Amino acid sequence: MTSVAEKTRGRTGEPKPKPSGGASRAAGWVRRAPLLPALIFMIVVTQLPFVATLVISFMDWNAYYPDEVGFAGVDNFRRVFTDVNMRDAVWTTILLTVGVVLISLLLGLGIALLLDRKFRGRGAVRTMMIAPFLVVPVAAALLWKHALYNPEYGLFNGALTWIWSLFGSDNPPQPDWISNMPLWSVIFALVWQWTPFMMLILLAGLQGRPLDVVEAARIDGASSWQIFRSMTLPHLRQYLELGALLGSIYIVQNFDAVFTITSGGLGTANLPYTIYQIFYQAHDYGRASAAAVIVVVGTIVIATFALRTVSSLFKEDPGR
Amino acid sequence: MSTLTAAPAVPKKKERGGIWLTLLAWVVGILFVLPVVWMVLTSLHSEADAATNPPAVLAPLTLEGYREFFTGGASPWPPLLNSLTASILSTALVLLLAFPAAYALSIKPVRKWTDVLFFFLSTKMLPVVAGLLPLYLFAQNSGLLDNIWLLIVFYTAMNLPIAVWMMRSFLSEVPVEMLEAASMDGASLTRTLSSVIAPVVMPGIAATALICFIFSWNELLFARVLTATVAETAPVFLTSFVTSQGLFLAQLCAAAFVVSLPVLAAGFAAQDKLVQGLSLGSVK
Repeated sequence: MTSVAEKTRGRTGEPKPKPSGGASRAAGWVRRAPLLPALIFMIVVTQLPFVATLVISFMDWNAYYPDEVGFAGVDNFRRVFTDVNMRDAVWTTILLTVGVVLISLLLGLGIALLLDRKFRGRGAVRTMMIAPFLVVPVAAALLWKHALYNPEYGLFNGALTWIWSLFGSDNPPQPDWISNMPLWSVIFALVWQWTPFMMLILLAGLQGRPLDVVEAARIDGASSWQIFRSMTLPHLRQYLELGALLGSIYIVQNFDAVFTITSGGLGTANLPYTIYQIFYQAHDYGRASAAAVIVVVGTIVIATFALRTVSSLFKEDPGR
Repeated sequence: MSTLTAAPAVPKKKERGGIWLTLLAWVVGILFVLPVVWMVLTSLHSEADAATNPPAVLAPLTLEGYREFFTGGASPWPPLLNSLTASILSTALVLLLAFPAAYALSIKPVRKWTDVLFFFLSTKMLPVVAGLLPLYLFAQNSGLLDNIWLLIVFYTAMNLPIAVWMMRSFLSEVPVEMLEAASMDGASLTRTLSSVIAPVVMPGIAATALICFIFSWNELLFARVLTATVAETAPVFLTSFVTSQGLFLAQLCAAAFVVSLPVLAAGFAAQDKLVQGLSLGSVK
């Protein structure tokens, strides 16, 4: 990345004497100063709202009944914990996240292995693979809902009609995909979008593999499976973890696909969608905030484990 | 991704099964791109041809869907321009804030720099929906509802952690000797940043900008809650198709394609930047 020309740049100024020892405190602030704008910005925009959420979660506040705003104690939390919809939403969120991350990670691994070989048109196949990730999420969800899943004119049932007609049948199965398997419909649409992401990370991992060692193992008579099991997979481990972690961060918060494909119906309402509903449609600010606080606490617990993984992932390039 | 061309020398005996693997790779690639191709093809069909079963693949092409999208109902131009404004300005703001922060975290790390770094990442893990209500109430009380600047500030906060992580990883590649030389020559902080470090990490900055732009452009939840008719963004505009009835498929596909076009173009143009960016700079 660096050329010699760049290294020799920046020698125009006059040398200045270094600040004396007494100014070390000032120097500390000089070091910290560039960090402060970003830090203060993040605290104001992301942390203050959470404090507000915490306060509102103990209040009785529904925008439909503006006269009854007051302190509610732990009522909101009690209502959230006893709410069947909330419990379903937790379960749906887990299924959705684990399902999408696992399937797209496995598919991504398979495709990354396919693309790690040299073959005619590899660049073209890689470009084709990336396309799903570059479709705006709402647009992708609309595409799946109307152009692919639709029971009457969607591509899936259209393809079934076409295949069946090849065999002379005019009675093809025409399932109503979204009604029959609502959660899987959302999962498949998301897997389609996230497999390219996993594939890209794993492919980069594969290409960073020390090839001379693999070659040596092959010459020593190791089979492809042995090489994969004992060399490729351990090498890929941190890339698999990275893909799983980043994928989870985004899919846990998914709103677009649930909102668009099923509008949260048929048991597909995940936590973001459910909280959005309590707040935006029921206008129950107190209960929405209590739900949000519970989700935040849950996320912190899970994230603490996740962050340990990340810190080991980024260990290899320590700061100076 | 220069590695793409430098593939391992596969021994001759492996070549035979290779053709099937090549075929498989092509089939998988085509399957994944098929919905996108189908979207483009349907957008170029008439509404009647778009809603046939089995699909009318070879139907005559027309720009009817696009004409209907741009001139049929509410104009998509204001939302598209809003999205462009929000994405570009928030990306600029992110870079402005993240670059010095990443500098402080990597070149001359402050004490406890890992804590700060993980604070940034942890904000990314907290569910955004939990901060939505207070922001909405704040916007309502201060008259900022349906104001594009509120989205810009929020998108900046949304992307800042990613940008700080990415840029830190790119900045740690700057050779120490360069910085020592600059400091010995008495270059000020601003000068060191702008004329010593910036040129070296330019590719990294481009990757960061690309990712921030894409994420801002794609965002739906906040835009939906915090905007109405004036500051509506393109994804919010698209949601009007969620419950459509009747013949609208060609128009929907035209709309989906138009809104995705900036991301598709930017993403294809910078494929290798994409993976760097998405992995927060940890995959180079």
